[in-house]
Amino acid sequence: MNSVVCIAQVPDTEARIKIADGRRIDETGLKFIVSPYDEFALEEAIRVKEAKGGDVTVVSFGPDRVQQALRECLARGATKALHIKGESGSADALGIAKTLAAAIRSVPHDLLFFGKQGVGTDNSLVGPMVAELLGYPQLNVVTHLEVGEGKITAHREIEGAEEILEASMPAVITAQKGLNEPRYASLKGIMAAKKITIETKTLPDLGLQESDIHHQRVTVVALELPPEKSGGRKIDGGDAATAAKEILKYIREEAKAL
Amino acid sequence: MAGVVVFAEVKDGRLKKASREALSIGRKLAQTAGGDLVAFGVDRAAAEEAGRYGAKRLYVAPLTAYTTGPFTTALKQLVDQVKPSIVLLAGTSNGRDLAPRLAARLNVGVASDVDRLEWTGGKLRARRPVYSGKAFATVEVSSTPAMATTRPNAFTAEEAGGETAEVVQIAGPASDDKVKLIETKTAEAEELTIAEADIIVSGGRGLKEATNFSLIRDLAHAIGGAVGASRATVDAGWIDHQHQVGQTGRVVSPNLYIAAGVSGAIQHLAGMSSSEHIVAINKDPEAPIFRVADLGVVGDLFQIIPALTEAVKKAKAH
Ligand SMILES: Cc1cc2nc3c(=O)[nH]c(=O)nc-3n(C[C@H](O)[C@H](O)[C@@H](O)COP(=O)(O)OP(=O)(O)OC[C@H]3O[C@@H](n4cnc5c(N)ncnc54)[C@H](O)[C@@H]3O)c2cc1C
Ligand SMILES: Cc1cc2nc3c(=O)[nH]c(=O)nc-3n(C[C@H](O)[C@H](O)[C@H](O)COP(=O)(O)OP(=O)(O)OC[C@H]3O[C@@H](n4cnc5c(N)ncnc54)[C@H](O)[C@@H]3O)c2cc1C
Repeated sequence: MNSVVCIAQVPDTEARIKIADGRRIDETGLKFIVSPYDEFALEEAIRVKEAKGGDVTVVSFGPDRVQQALRECLARGATKALHIKGESGSADALGIAKTLAAAIRSVPHDLLFFGKQGVGTDNSLVGPMVAELLGYPQLNVVTHLEVGEGKITAHREIEGAEEILEASMPAVITAQKGLNEPRYASLKGIMAAKKITIETKTLPDLGLQESDIHHQRVTVVALELPPEKSGGRKIDGGDAATAAKEILKYIREEAKAL
Repeated sequence: MAGVVVFAEVKDGRLKKASREALSIGRKLAQTAGGDLVAFGVDRAAAEEAGRYGAKRLYVAPLTAYTTGPFTTALKQLVDQVKPSIVLLAGTSNGRDLAPRLAARLNVGVASDVDRLEWTGGKLRARRPVYSGKAFATVEVSSTPAMATTRPNAFTAEEAGGETAEVVQIAGPASDDKVKLIETKTAEAEELTIAEADIIVSGGRGLKEATNFSLIRDLAHAIGGAVGASRATVDAGWIDHQHQVGQTGRVVSPNLYIAAGVSGAIQHLAGMSSSEHIVAINKDPEAPIFRVADLGVVGDLFQIIPALTEAVKKAKAH
């Protein structure tokens, strides 16, 4: 049972965002991490490998810094890594999906794992787009997965409920929090990962035209910081009845709720 | 080539609120982009309501429960036939499942989870909160059609007083042999979900233990809101992850957000700071939640929340 896990490297969620040229984030001094949902995706793939054997290949499309993210995944238990070099920052989600789909075609696979969203830009687009490009079923926002003979069963989170879906393989799974508890890298894993070579490919290696990936369909025309919130009123809640009255007044008169 | 197609989802015989919002902004876009606003759905009973929100026609596919494959095929057929300039889906679970699949099939772009939309210079311009509300991106979708998913609660649902939409039956796609829906389990009995709620009352670790979430539930119930939670309480197992607000939970923007015993960590603020009105109750005057609160109350939630619940009940009884 072979799995591919697509890894998005994103700015640390604790980081302060600074903006350059009014349309992109300033990366100087910015710390990058493996997108949190991709950690659930990776963990699930490693568990499938532990139960059924096979490879876990991690794939990331982006500049050289994404190798750091791939290394981290190898240290946690991925067995192979593929870096597709390129300016993923000037691609839209479909451009990224086309790149990943082209790369995945030449990697043996039964299951494709993604995060349910890349934290930060939060598009929730790439996984289902790859599924469509490869003609596979998609199981989105998955909180539980069982891999059987030739088919999988997944629990999909929807508003106020959960769906149980059965699908054929190969299939695309996008991971939601709760799917598992991701492990940390062990010292042994870190040492073992150092011996694995990260394979690299370029867009032309994949038979892709830059023009189909970059500056197509969706372009970011501006990036702005939100207006500073001027800080509201603060009151002393020492006397609960008075505080409750104040809050109720606010709810009715300003929020106009009730 | 013109017009706007909106995926109109129905729940319990009514259009979902998020779909009514998508129709409302879709109607405005059709005024500038030209052409008609039309709806796509699977329930002809929605025609009257879709009409009221401005849809001229409701295209009905002979499908029932949502699964990706057949819905994608049906909506793709409709798009090929109608040739709209814009396709909108509400950012519900199904909307977010269907939009990227359809976009890849059509080879077009999608702006995700947008809170503003306009049609300008033959392109769809959208605003999206990104980096957990720390920035706003404006993106332009230049493909035909241009697609977007709308963030629930970000657009106002406004009736346009239109006639019942004309129902047009469309052909049924082949069933999907790759995915089968086995069962739908309702997580908690009829609780209002935070994704669509107008009012959210959230509890944090300040509640001290799981059973005290009843204070939050009682207030939410009295005020007609949904129950939200910080990640610390979800991780502690006090409440289900469905309730988590924040970067790794749901990003919400209700009209009113009440936070009690929530410190206001950046990942929590990420999920709620774009709420219209924010009330915070915390005993620590330095708690970061006060930086985004419109009304901050420094005090003990165990005193204030029950008093507020009582006051709300009394106010409602009048
Ligand atoms: C501020 C901003 C706003 C943007 N808005 C849009 C928009 O509205 N529409 C649009 O089409 N594009 C948009 N883009 C372009 C955006 O860069 C791409 O969509 C792409 O980076 C995917 O973003 P995501 O992580 O949010 O994707 P998601 O679809 O949320 O990612 C889901 C999963 O796909 C996988 N994945 C994503 N990217 C990669 C990668 N590079 N390598 C390997 N796996 C990956 C991961 O498993 C990830 O968890 C925007 C870019 C910026 C900077
Ligand atoms: C990658 C990542 C993602 C994360 N995603 C999320 C997310 O999606 N959502 C999220 O919420 N968090 C998220 N977190 C966690 C976040 O950093 C905080 O740890 C969490 O939000 C804290 O929860 P809390 O406010 O309930 O608890 P605490 O920070 O412990 O705050 C409890 C508060 O209760 C107050 N209090 C105590 N007793 C009383 C009383 N009697 N009356 C009134 N007030 C009282 C205290 O003053 C304190 O401010 C994430 C963290 C990381 C690293």
